[in-house]
Amino acid sequence: MTDNAIVTRKRQLPQINPVYFILAALIVAIILQNPAFVEPTGYMNFLKRAAPLAILAAGQVYVIVSGGFDLSVGSLITLVVVGSSMLLNNDPNSTWWVIAVMFGIGVGVGLINGLVVCYLKVPSLIATLGMMITLNGLAFMWSGGAPRGYLTDSYRFFGRYNFTDLPLIRILPVAIIVLLVIGFLLYWLMHRTNLGRMIHAIGDNPRAANLAGVPVNRVRIIAFIVSSLSAVATGILLGGFAGVSTDVGSGYELQAITAAVLGGALLLGGRGSVPATIAGALTLSAIFTLLNFLGLPQPVRQVVQGLILIAAVAVAVYRRKHTGR
Amino acid sequence: MKNILAMAVVAGLALTGGTFAQAPNFDDPAEFARQKEFLAATPMGPEGKPWEQYLVDTMKDTTGFKKDAPYTVCFSNAGVNNPWRVVGWTNMQEEAKLHPEISQIIHVDAEGSDDKQIADIDDLLAGGKCSILIVSPNTTAALTPAVEKACAVLPVIVFDRGVNTDCPVTFIHPVGGYGFGIQGAEFIAENVKPGGNVLMLRILPGVDVLETRYSGGKRVLEEAGLNIVGAEFTDGDNAKTKSIVEDYLQRGKIDAVWMDAGATAVAAVEAFEDGGYDMPVFVGEDQQDFLQKWKELGLTAIAPAYPSYQWRTPIIAAIHTLKGEAVPSPEWILPQPAITQATLDSYINTAMPPLHYALCGCEGMPNYPAAWGGK
Repeated sequence: MTDNAIVTRKRQLPQINPVYFILAALIVAIILQNPAFVEPTGYMNFLKRAAPLAILAAGQVYVIVSGGFDLSVGSLITLVVVGSSMLLNNDPNSTWWVIAVMFGIGVGVGLINGLVVCYLKVPSLIATLGMMITLNGLAFMWSGGAPRGYLTDSYRFFGRYNFTDLPLIRILPVAIIVLLVIGFLLYWLMHRTNLGRMIHAIGDNPRAANLAGVPVNRVRIIAFIVSSLSAVATGILLGGFAGVSTDVGSGYELQAITAAVLGGALLLGGRGSVPATIAGALTLSAIFTLLNFLGLPQPVRQVVQGLILIAAVAVAVYRRKHTGR
Repeated sequence: MKNILAMAVVAGLALTGGTFAQAPNFDDPAEFARQKEFLAATPMGPEGKPWEQYLVDTMKDTTGFKKDAPYTVCFSNAGVNNPWRVVGWTNMQEEAKLHPEISQIIHVDAEGSDDKQIADIDDLLAGGKCSILIVSPNTTAALTPAVEKACAVLPVIVFDRGVNTDCPVTFIHPVGGYGFGIQGAEFIAENVKPGGNVLMLRILPGVDVLETRYSGGKRVLEEAGLNIVGAEFTDGDNAKTKSIVEDYLQRGKIDAVWMDAGATAVAAVEAFEDGGYDMPVFVGEDQQDFLQKWKELGLTAIAPAYPSYQWRTPIIAAIHTLKGEAVPSPEWILPQPAITQATLDSYINTAMPPLHYALCGCEGMPNYPAAWGGK
């Protein structure tokens, strides 16, 4: 082995995103706590529960990489669940058009977010905060505080149904298939197309990107639309998983941002990856699950949870400083 | 780094210690015994109208408050921020329509904020239009001075949550948190053998009516020799509830689930259903979705309630007071029935919204079911 090879190895080692190590460590800890986790029902249930957050975070990372935030996703989830229950009106035949309407609403919300940020020059933090409050109000107005219908079984298929009696893996929740499909789509769009490169460029330096011929506004608006659409998908999965409730989406916007940061996305834009963000979301869910299994009292859990998050991000920043990536 | 960690751990323990230190306030054996007695007591007042009934018959003379109709009833509401309060507020509006003496009901919604509610009460007093003031306080201690200030100007009726003063004409509430906790836990004790595993699900910490539900329920379960495998906060979130139950199911058998608020009961039931587990004994609440699930799956279950019919009573009390008729006081304690297998069918109504509370006492009112969102 030459000296040169050692140097290369040393350089390459830290280039693997630390989120994967943290995730692996957490999974080992969960298995030590609860050996049943290695059974398919254990880890499949875990993935099923993490799927909505993973999809949401994978959408959020588009906005973060482009140099913004999308705080409106949590209330968009609420609006999707509450609105779907109102529109479905217990009629299974309505499932498809209701889902289509929800994605339509998603495009609208993302478009408005993007237009406000690009043309009214409102910072994305404020624009989407305003959107968050507005959507919450709309969901409340629509339902009067008590949604008037159930989500039909066909609507809940995506978030709730498991294929059982499969060879090898025994069960496969539909939510995991949805995660794989949407996750791959978002990965491809971000890392294999020109759009992804332009999103990175405008997050890194919007002026330089503009001078280089990137249609900054159009790209930024598309990023917001992707984020909103992923929120709609998340809403459909969450509604499917747990049924109607009026505060289903609350807090999800911050969890999604946290997941993206855990995955190494830079909060000021220009850097971030879809697979690492999904790993970040899994990490966050693993923390929640582990703390559940440990059975610690609530306040201690919150302290631990907060410390782990800060530590994880500190590791990511440290790594970036020392590797320049 | 080590120091920071140590400090954080200390801070965490201090917080936990704080929670434990407060706990005794919500575990009062005398109040537990009193509420247990109320559950078995026969109510006074008109039969079949629990919102007009009372469990203690000390009356207050209100001739000093007598006024001529028409009346303007002012209502400072803590909020309409959950389905229970939505049902309750509808009850109150419909009750007011039954009394031609009431010309107007002025409603101010504090949106769950103490500050706003204190300001709201000031505004109502300054407006000078109110014949009487009804208050559903957001929190007990914060609203006490505002209620005292109002008492000096006009008759005040408090309901739902209390304040630390007896200046109001009366304080209307059902039996209370201990009673709710006892009803569910006693049902579990009757249906699960000693040593059985019980999972307790709580909505959030620190609210008196919820803390007493928990301490009451816990006491009964422990005395029955049941094994409490965990007490978890769900934040009223369906997805979180379902996740917690799934995690517990992976760790071992659960024979019963006790809840301090049943809005997430269906999500907990689904965790058993989706995982193919045997259905445990269940404690829910009087929400339609749970009652329907109970019947559909043939659960062994009970639904204690914090009846939303109590929202009708303040209007009735206001009319009595303004006419100078005696009202139960200082507390107007309403009966607090639980829905059991025997009464389940009479409370199920698939035409009502899933989050409708069945013990609304509203079935006989003129605008039922449309005003409550039913078909």
